[in-house]
Amino acid sequence: MAIEGLQRILAGHPLFRDLSPAFLDMLAGCAKNVRFAADTYMFHEGDDADFLYLVRDGHAALEISAPGHGRMVFQTVSGGGVIGLSWLVPPYRWRFDARAKEDLRAIAFDAKCLRGKCDADPALGYAVMKRILPALVDRLHDTRVQMLDLYDARP
Amino acid sequence: MHAPDPHTDPMLPVIARITRRTRELSDVVTFEMEVEGWPGFEPGQFNMLAVFGVGEIPISISGPVSDSSKIIHTIRDVGPVSRALAALEPGAVLGLRGPYGAPWPVKAARGRDVVVVAGGLGLAPVRPILYELMENRDAYGKITLLYGARSPSEILFREELGAWRSRLDMGVEVTVDRAPEDWHGHVGVVTALLRAADFAPANTTAFVCGPEIMIRFAANGLTDLGVAATDIHLSMERNMQCGIGLCGHCQLGPYFLCKDGPVFDWATMKPLMRIKEL
Repeated sequence: MAIEGLQRILAGHPLFRDLSPAFLDMLAGCAKNVRFAADTYMFHEGDDADFLYLVRDGHAALEISAPGHGRMVFQTVSGGGVIGLSWLVPPYRWRFDARAKEDLRAIAFDAKCLRGKCDADPALGYAVMKRILPALVDRLHDTRVQMLDLYDARP
Repeated sequence: MHAPDPHTDPMLPVIARITRRTRELSDVVTFEMEVEGWPGFEPGQFNMLAVFGVGEIPISISGPVSDSSKIIHTIRDVGPVSRALAALEPGAVLGLRGPYGAPWPVKAARGRDVVVVAGGLGLAPVRPILYELMENRDAYGKITLLYGARSPSEILFREELGAWRSRLDMGVEVTVDRAPEDWHGHVGVVTALLRAADFAPANTTAFVCGPEIMIRFAANGLTDLGVAATDIHLSMERNMQCGIGLCGHCQLGPYFLCKDGPVFDWATMKPLMRIKEL
């Protein structure tokens, strides 16, 4: 897809909705459209975290497998969501599996390209971090609430 | 000397007879009951239900306001009285006082978008809201129900949730805290669903019911999105005993939850809920 089309898609995603056209243009150079068929893996735990995914539509499950427990889903991500923050932190390795639960369309950013552009242009890097950090904080907060086991029946 | 009259003495229960019992979950049942002279209720109100010789507890009414021929309660078997209640079978009688409490201001939300956030058994007290919204669908803007449960096997009113979703004129999203791999819905906290929900914050009325921590996070999430604190309504469930504001067991700050509540707006409750140990 032409860079121009990717820019438009990026501008429509909640993560980059208010980013300047110049930055969108720079980011689009690292991005491509990807599709995952239902029940296929986007990546596996331990693989290199080569991509950041912005989900356009569809639904993915983030899972950890354990002997005797099968695949345990700890979070799902739908359209407008972000999958993968491990691309940002050494050693750039996935810490869980991600599986498309239904046909899924996403924008995939090449992580090396993205890190390179962020390093080369601190203003772009700061703009990206300002958008990634809230996603990370939301995820941390959600995990904490999930751990509270709120719905446990208590007298 | 006159015999005590339940219609004039609020501490005297009337006799309710169970006409139907439905097992919802392994520890949750729904009863339909009949009471002679039942005056009807408003969404969000509760009854004090008594198992004779065991005790009395407050239980929200979970049925439709429009059908005054029966009273519907959904009860989780979690303590001595609720356990005794949940064990009752059709034909059994119990004591009933009510209806009590301030209702959800549902009709005041006509013309506006409505977001209902419920967690766990908190879906039962908001079900009368959903019946009102669906019976008068055209009177409201966008309607969104966000429901969270512990696991797929603990989803309350599963069939109704499916029926509401299939109506296509309201958004219904269900999430669970943990799921087996064959679960196709959302996994995560119910408050996370707010971020993707489609409503106009400045013209939205929200109703929130569930564990108190969930209420806090949901109300904060709604205000972060731009919903006014006075447009967020929540149901507080604490230690109600008399149900009519006499005993003080449910007092929270200047309010008796049973009489002034259980429904309050977030602007009223937020300062109190920020006080630790209150």
